[in-house]
Amino acid sequence: MRRALLILLASPALLAAEPAKLKYNRDVRPILNEKCFHCHGTDASHRKGDLRLDLRDQAIKPAKSGDIALVPGKPELSQLIARVELPHDNDDVMPPDKDGKPLTAEEKAILRQWISEGAEYQGHWAFLKPERSPVPKITDPKFTLRNEIDSFIAERLQEEKLAPSPEADRATLLRRVTLDLTGLPPTLEEIAAFEKDTSPKAYETVVDRLLKSEHYGERMAMQWLDFARFADSHGFQTDSSRAMWPWRDWVIKAFNDNKPFDQFTLEQIGGDLLPNATRDQIVATGFNRNHRLNGEGGIIAEEWRIENIIDRVETTSFTWLGLTLNCCRCHDHKYDPFSQKDFYSFFAFFNNIAESGTIQGSSNRSGGNSDPVIQVPDKEEEIELAKLRKKIEAAQAKVTETQLQLPNLVASWEAEMEKPEAAKKPMWDILPISEAKSQGGAALRKLPDASWIAGGRNPDFDIYTVTAPLAEGSFTGLLLEALPDPTLPNQSLGRAPNGNFVLTGIEGTFSAPSLKKPVKITFTRAEADYSQKGYDVKLLLDKNPKNGWAIDGNDPKKRLERNAMFTVDKAVHVPAGATLTVRLLHQATFAGHNVGRFRLSTTDAEPALASIDGTGGPPAAVLAVMKTPTENRTPQQRSELEKYYRASVDSPLRDADYALTAAKAELEKYDRIVPSVMVMKEGPVRDAFILKRGEYDKPGDKVSMVTPAVLPPMPKNAPSNRLGLAQWIVSPENPLTARVWVNRAWEKFFGYGLSKSTENLGTQSEYPVHPELFDWLATEFIRCGWDMKAMQKLIVMSATYRQSSKLTPALLEKDPENRLLARGPRFRLPGEVVRDQALALAGLLVPKIGGPSVRPYMPDGVWDDTSKYGDLRGYKADTGEGLYRRSFYTIWKRTAAPPTMLLFDAPTREICTVKRSRTNTPLQALSLLNEVTFVEAARGLAQQMMQHGGATPEQRIAYGFQRATARSIEPVALKQLTTGLKQRITEFQAKPAEATALISQGTTKADATLPPAELAAYTTTAAVLLNLDRVITRD
Amino acid sequence: MNHPALQFQDRLNRRIFLKNSSTAIGAAALGSLLQDEAAAASPERYFPNFAPKAKRIIYLFQSGAPSQMDLFDPKPQMEKHRAEDLPASIRQGQRLTTMTSGQKAFPVAPSIFKFAQHGQGGIWLSELLPHLSTVADEMCVIRSMFTEAINHDPAITFCQTGSQLAGRPSIGAWLSYGLGSANRDLPAYVVMTSFGTGRREDQPLYDRLWGSGFLPTQHQGVRFRNAGDPVLFLSNPAGVDRPMRRQMLDEIAALNQRDFESFGDPETATRISQYEMAFRMQMSVPDLVDTSKEPQHVLDSYGPDVKKPGTFAANCLLARRLAERDVRCIQLFHMGWDHHGGLPAAIRGQCSDTDQPTTALIKDLKQRGLLDDTLIVWGGEFGRTIYSQGTLTATNYGRDHHPRCYSLFMAGGGIKKGTTYGETDDYSYNIVRDPVHVHDLNATIMHLLGINHERLNYKFQGLDMRLTGIAGNLVKGVLA
Repeated sequence: MRRALLILLASPALLAAEPAKLKYNRDVRPILNEKCFHCHGTDASHRKGDLRLDLRDQAIKPAKSGDIALVPGKPELSQLIARVELPHDNDDVMPPDKDGKPLTAEEKAILRQWISEGAEYQGHWAFLKPERSPVPKITDPKFTLRNEIDSFIAERLQEEKLAPSPEADRATLLRRVTLDLTGLPPTLEEIAAFEKDTSPKAYETVVDRLLKSEHYGERMAMQWLDFARFADSHGFQTDSSRAMWPWRDWVIKAFNDNKPFDQFTLEQIGGDLLPNATRDQIVATGFNRNHRLNGEGGIIAEEWRIENIIDRVETTSFTWLGLTLNCCRCHDHKYDPFSQKDFYSFFAFFNNIAESGTIQGSSNRSGGNSDPVIQVPDKEEEIELAKLRKKIEAAQAKVTETQLQLPNLVASWEAEMEKPEAAKKPMWDILPISEAKSQGGAALRKLPDASWIAGGRNPDFDIYTVTAPLAEGSFTGLLLEALPDPTLPNQSLGRAPNGNFVLTGIEGTFSAPSLKKPVKITFTRAEADYSQKGYDVKLLLDKNPKNGWAIDGNDPKKRLERNAMFTVDKAVHVPAGATLTVRLLHQATFAGHNVGRFRLSTTDAEPALASIDGTGGPPAAVLAVMKTPTENRTPQQRSELEKYYRASVDSPLRDADYALTAAKAELEKYDRIVPSVMVMKEGPVRDAFILKRGEYDKPGDKVSMVTPAVLPPMPKNAPSNRLGLAQWIVSPENPLTARVWVNRAWEKFFGYGLSKSTENLGTQSEYPVHPELFDWLATEFIRCGWDMKAMQKLIVMSATYRQSSKLTPALLEKDPENRLLARGPRFRLPGEVVRDQALALAGLLVPKIGGPSVRPYMPDGVWDDTSKYGDLRGYKADTGEGLYRRSFYTIWKRTAAPPTMLLFDAPTREICTVKRSRTNTPLQALSLLNEVTFVEAARGLAQQMMQHGGATPEQRIAYGFQRATARSIEPVALKQLTTGLKQRITEFQAKPAEATALISQGTTKADATLPPAELAAYTTTAAVLLNLDRVITRD
Repeated sequence: MNHPALQFQDRLNRRIFLKNSSTAIGAAALGSLLQDEAAAASPERYFPNFAPKAKRIIYLFQSGAPSQMDLFDPKPQMEKHRAEDLPASIRQGQRLTTMTSGQKAFPVAPSIFKFAQHGQGGIWLSELLPHLSTVADEMCVIRSMFTEAINHDPAITFCQTGSQLAGRPSIGAWLSYGLGSANRDLPAYVVMTSFGTGRREDQPLYDRLWGSGFLPTQHQGVRFRNAGDPVLFLSNPAGVDRPMRRQMLDEIAALNQRDFESFGDPETATRISQYEMAFRMQMSVPDLVDTSKEPQHVLDSYGPDVKKPGTFAANCLLARRLAERDVRCIQLFHMGWDHHGGLPAAIRGQCSDTDQPTTALIKDLKQRGLLDDTLIVWGGEFGRTIYSQGTLTATNYGRDHHPRCYSLFMAGGGIKKGTTYGETDDYSYNIVRDPVHVHDLNATIMHLLGINHERLNYKFQGLDMRLTGIAGNLVKGVLA
């Protein structure tokens, strides 16, 4: 049927009595493509009978059997005709019966006629450079010719003996063009102004106004986000968050600035490689970082790096070239002249990004942008960043300046150190332990020197818990002195019969009246003046509870006082009245190895300076330097001394160093809250290979960066990189780029592209309905400097676009899809626009442009019903303006996307989508009738009706109707709506609780000056309006 | 509704059916989420290709990948090799996930669960499945499933859509597209999800698993919510009762009808009927989920969880109620089967979630005469390794992902009952007989529903796309 319909539309000649000469591309290629090339086309691996029908010189050559597939001019001698005309149950029939793709009688007739006419081939139309045909001369006065588009359309309508439709009424036209260009409905003021404006330029004035509106960029971006598979999450498994909205805002601005499409392309594909690339140009490359990123546990990074690149190849080729290069991932293309080598040569352009393939520099669970990224501060953040950087500069300057003093500072410090009064206060303050308890029942007793000794029962694995007051101030470390005692076995230090001990843990906490709960002290460093081999004191801090510190207490020569020190990383602040609790753990495998006698001390010295002997002075190496006379010191010695001094001695230089470190830390912290965006950045060059069967671990031949062979080569001066690829894409020689853009623009305004397959202009694409117009538009796009606004203005200014969309049965029969355009286009609004329009009509819309994604109302459990992973869970709606922003700012979690948008045909944004379906389902009805957004919007519209619509129900309904549809309501409809409204007013008056319930939906408050029962009834009538077919349709 | 535009549209649709399946059905589906059986039975209809064995499918997807050697594929001889390293001759250099590829050893972990044969067919089942053991003669266990993906997201996407990457329609969407709906008031493809008790924080699910890919979006699965309205936005807003809703719909319909008469767009007429359908769904769905009139013995048979909405048991009961209402494709996803560590405890939890309700569903359908034309599939996205991930002890082990073989079972319409199909090696590591690829399984499912999987195409990007890609062979050995 596709064929039949196509012929019906494409080839009026066939319907005439005299068959006109066929065109290969229009009439024949689609048949061969669909029914023959799968086995007799480009893919060598699937070729049957060694026959190629895609190349004329092959098809007209005799086969081994002597048969000739095509004998030009002689269908009766052509094997192709013989085979296709066999009965379907014959084993030799072509296409084989089992393929389920029999040729129709019409198709067979076409093949026969084509061979009779000489079996001429043409290259695929979309791969040939567009040719600018002369604009047809139309003289018939029934056609309004506003620009070239109309002439081309009229020529075809004349052939079909169809007349154009009259121009739509002004209100309809204004609503149509406003929704198409901005995605928002016209206001009543705009409608009135347009209806009043009698100048011939009235419509053009409107179009120019709309193209200047900031909402134009939003409407354009809405579609571009589908192409770019833009989302706020990574898309696989945990589907955690990312922030790509700065890229989205770049797109909006680029459209609003009317950045020419070639520049728009260069920047998104290779902006980072432009000479002196600006930050904006780098941000633009986020286009090719919008793909999903896998971070699932256990994945093989290279596998997913390859997938990311393949996604870029697919997305780039769908978006700009309308090509399905993805088919060549595993094998040569079955229909199009692209090889697997072409695919991986294209792949090579994207192969050198500095990326690992998985989520990196952020987390699979908690989300974040993955390298490479670029920071995108706003103005305020820019100022703050500058301030912080300045602070660093100032601190650095101070350091540099103070540094000059270093030799002097060291010298005076050395002099100071030699003075007797330099004897410092002791580093360790003995801890006045007030209580010590043994968990295992040992008796702990205090000795006069503030040490404690254990006696009595020696439990297997004891824990001592001691408490002591802790002075206010700072705490940085704990010293444990293990002391020998005559009462201990062998007069040693431990309680084991051999005199040893193994201390396996030390824990500290302090509590204070001002603290809600005790603070745990985390010791990070342990040092001892002696450790037994295999029982280093450091083991005491490791995770294994059985490891610990021992001191060879069984060795008579080693029964000496032993000290161990435990320090924290950063000083802990101790409030007034604190109590310290320390637990000494003995949980080694050896029973009874408990410490015998001990004393504890604390310190507030810098952790780095703390030492067991409590001198706090320089280490031996530094002391040695200090003992060397100044003039004899080597440069190394000097530097060692200075280094020590700088790090450890309180001095103006150390203050300056600290200030610099702090300033840097401040910037780093702020950096983390400044938004960033993932971008393209070249890393080390990687070799690219053809991947056998498309598998990441099966490299075949090496390939380099080359564009597909069948298309014109890269421009001469184009560099061999992504920028060069982009230059090739927008080169005027490239036959596809302008066509692809024009075709999709046409689809947006008319419902279908000039070639219906806007997603694919390869050989399987539909032959265009208006090939000359198509080519003319493509050349015009390039001629006008890739000016997107100019092209759209051209389309919406045409008489073709401005026609009424009224359908007649005859027209429906002849052209159900309206490809010939004898009438105006009519179709349902995209999901985003359905919601945006409702908010606008209700007076609720917050028309702010750009910024981080927002969280409007969502059904309960939207993220949690199917996932317990990732940071995008527990959806919480915003409370303020986030509820009323345009829909395409709604946060998009790919694995659980906003349900209403999915119901209205939005893609999931997991892959590049260039075309949406347009369905009509009961679930859409339920959403429009019952979802809180639309109920609140109905109340908003009801308030508008009551506040501004006039005094009577009739006036108010008419006002609401015009607000929603731009048109005046017919009397019959008005009567019906008024009757219903009045009934419901009465009903709600009898049921005030129901009225209140209905008008309390949503977070905005109902206008308290309006009677609740009436407002509730108007809300139901406004809901009726918002659900009308003509409201959710642009016609 | 007798507008000439509609009559034309109808004729056009019929003509399209006759010509070419691929473009045709898209146009034919034209906004009808719910086509009725009358249309489905029309002789002009392309699908089913032949008399189907099953009219509907209940697919009980076990997400996370159940361990085959602890449930369906006994390897008692492994006890002799306990803790020995997996022989290189078995592993054959095949790739592992990076969760275990760094392990120094791959100690063989025999299942600690006992197996016995059940039913006349002598199907081996683990002691973890005492209830299923009572319906062994309804089951066909396939032990030789294999897949291509090694991580959950791509693997489950592959099972559901025939591709590891996003973008393709799910199996239910294909069935909805090919067969339409047999119920006027319910969607053709319903999905329900539940969290497992074996591993509460397990692999998430994704919308794409029941998405429509490039098919028109009315074919996407309608996921019943576990809280609030089962179907999104089903309830009228507070303050609007059913008579008032009726009145509002009448006003909408009247105005739409007038527009239709003056503008003639068939979409307007479709919209009128979709609003009527929505109104009917507001009755049919609450009726569907209201299980208060189920007899106590039926409720009891599904186990105690049946009263807790959102559990696998509750969903199984709803599945039966959906089957009774002729919903074409009913799919349950039960999460929690990803047992990298602590497998014995976790799998006990999962089995206690699923064993009894699955069994009850089979018996319940049978008793109502629905089992013969309902296809049931129970299985996950890949298998698990015989070697232990992490430390192996006498009572504990974990298992990593294993795509090279796994088990699942089918029951109901068209299935060879009481049989076991396929065989793996001693280590349940490689398949030694009758391998079944995911595409083969999907081709077989479609066959049972009356569809030749090579014929159910949709033209996308110039290609005839299908669920099974360019592969897929019917597994004749599992057919009755």
